[in-house]
Amino acid sequence: MSGKTIRVDYLARVEGEGALFVKFQGDRVTDVKFRIFEPPRFFEALLRGRMFSEAPDITARICGICPVAYQMSACHAMENVMGVKVDGPLRALRRLLYCGEWIESHALHVYMLHAPDFLGYDDAIQMARDHREIVNRGLRLKKAGNDIMTLLGGREIHPVNVRVGGFYKIPPKPEFVALAEKLKWAREAALETVRWVAKLPMPEFERDYEFVALRHPGEYPLNEGRLVSNKGLDIPVREYDQHFSEEHVAYSNALHSVLNERGAYFVGPLARYSLNFDRLSPLAQQAAREAGLGPVCRNPFQSIVVRSVEILYACDEALRIIDEFEMPEKPAIDVQPRVGTGYACTEAPRGFLYHRYRLDAHGNILDAKIVPPTSQNQKTIEADLRDFVPPRAELPPDELQRQCEQAVRNYDPCISCATHFLKLHVERE
Amino acid sequence: MTPISPGQLIIGVGNSLRSDDGVGIWVARRLREQLPPGISVVEASGEGASLIDMWKGFASVILVDAVSSGTAPGTVHRLDAAEPVRAQFFRCSSHAFGVGEAVELARVLNQLPPRLIIYGIEGANFAAGAELSPVVARSAAEASDRILKDIRVEF
Repeated sequence: MSGKTIRVDYLARVEGEGALFVKFQGDRVTDVKFRIFEPPRFFEALLRGRMFSEAPDITARICGICPVAYQMSACHAMENVMGVKVDGPLRALRRLLYCGEWIESHALHVYMLHAPDFLGYDDAIQMARDHREIVNRGLRLKKAGNDIMTLLGGREIHPVNVRVGGFYKIPPKPEFVALAEKLKWAREAALETVRWVAKLPMPEFERDYEFVALRHPGEYPLNEGRLVSNKGLDIPVREYDQHFSEEHVAYSNALHSVLNERGAYFVGPLARYSLNFDRLSPLAQQAAREAGLGPVCRNPFQSIVVRSVEILYACDEALRIIDEFEMPEKPAIDVQPRVGTGYACTEAPRGFLYHRYRLDAHGNILDAKIVPPTSQNQKTIEADLRDFVPPRAELPPDELQRQCEQAVRNYDPCISCATHFLKLHVERE
Repeated sequence: MTPISPGQLIIGVGNSLRSDDGVGIWVARRLREQLPPGISVVEASGEGASLIDMWKGFASVILVDAVSSGTAPGTVHRLDAAEPVRAQFFRCSSHAFGVGEAVELARVLNQLPPRLIIYGIEGANFAAGAELSPVVARSAAEASDRILKDIRVEF
């Protein structure tokens, strides 16, 4: 049997630019490369010498795709250096802001980027011709997430209201009440979203992943928890560097993250869900069951269903937080810089985002390390393709390429922060 | 955001920490100082679904963004969204669903403003950094002047 190659120079519907290259001989994949060209480490150099207080906004603005995640990981890491803990109403409001980002990011991915794959459209524009009401629902749902970010983040892109210790300003209570009305609609729309995606034709594909996500004693993880896996990992976030490392690969400027003991691992909605199903709200659990999901989901294509369940959870959780809203005594707690190293992981929509900073006595950043979710998933994306392609090797080339791209999009990769430029090739010799 | 009244809107798109990708933001800030009150000027990241929401209710919209279309750096393109817009034209954006997609999706959903003009300024450098390339900075000033003329013609 002759060798074949799939090559996609420009991978559509992923954040940033990427390329895929898959080479196979008969039913054996000989090479898979998820390529990334731009050195990803520029933020860390940019942060060196800056004040601790600048890190949340600098990191959020350089990526821009999930600003809240960057702000939250940066704030928590700085607070970890200073030995302070943001609690009570301020903590709840941070969680509310993060719900906004989840709703916004997941709705965009489910409706605009991923659903067209399942329905056989080239993009959301083609899909909208036949499914206008559905696309409008997706846009409005995404807007509900943006509305949370606008209210609490100060504006919907590059939110400016977050600081180490809390917020610059807390909006008055009536504005939260008005937001709740929009979120009640969004919660219904999210429920309809779960029911809609549950009916999409789902490729059969499962692997025995090592899922890694935060786990918190009492809540579905957003800002805090221990890093746990289904294969025995259970560590505080500050031990991240002892268990994970980043490998250089020859064909890419990006670094591949690995678990030192076991190699590739999986972060993101599927991992969070499978490790924290019992922490979802009753409404989200029930919707997941009705959509045919068990408490663990190993089919990455079903991430579209899990993302929708997480949208529902985020709407439900946002409404709970607003319902219990108490105005904090002040918008931020006082923080004093001190010498030390701080660590944080928070759950970005795509998976956990690790930040580590070392500060001097004046609060200047001496060094920084940022590990975004997409670089953690790269190795798993490649491993998926190694298993996914062989049983489908005889498909027409265009169809095989389309399905490979769909398999990459399962991860909602954000190349603009993991890296910046990435291209996809699949080669048939 | 919700428009206060139907009218004119200028949208500057980009990321001012990505060198020439910030040219749309640069133009928006310059125009904000020169335009009469009543014309709204907003800055946007270029995420498409938000753009559709931003221009809702406005009669006339001018959008300015950096492009990477293979022409000489500094080239100023002026497109009328009455014609189809190629998404590839705006590929310097890191958004999977960007300006080109927003225009075409809004067209399908009947959510395009009655008049939408797009200025695309060809960038040279999209690496991390806060400065525009000199040739792009000159074009940004030129585009700002052309937009001011566009607006005068409309009133």
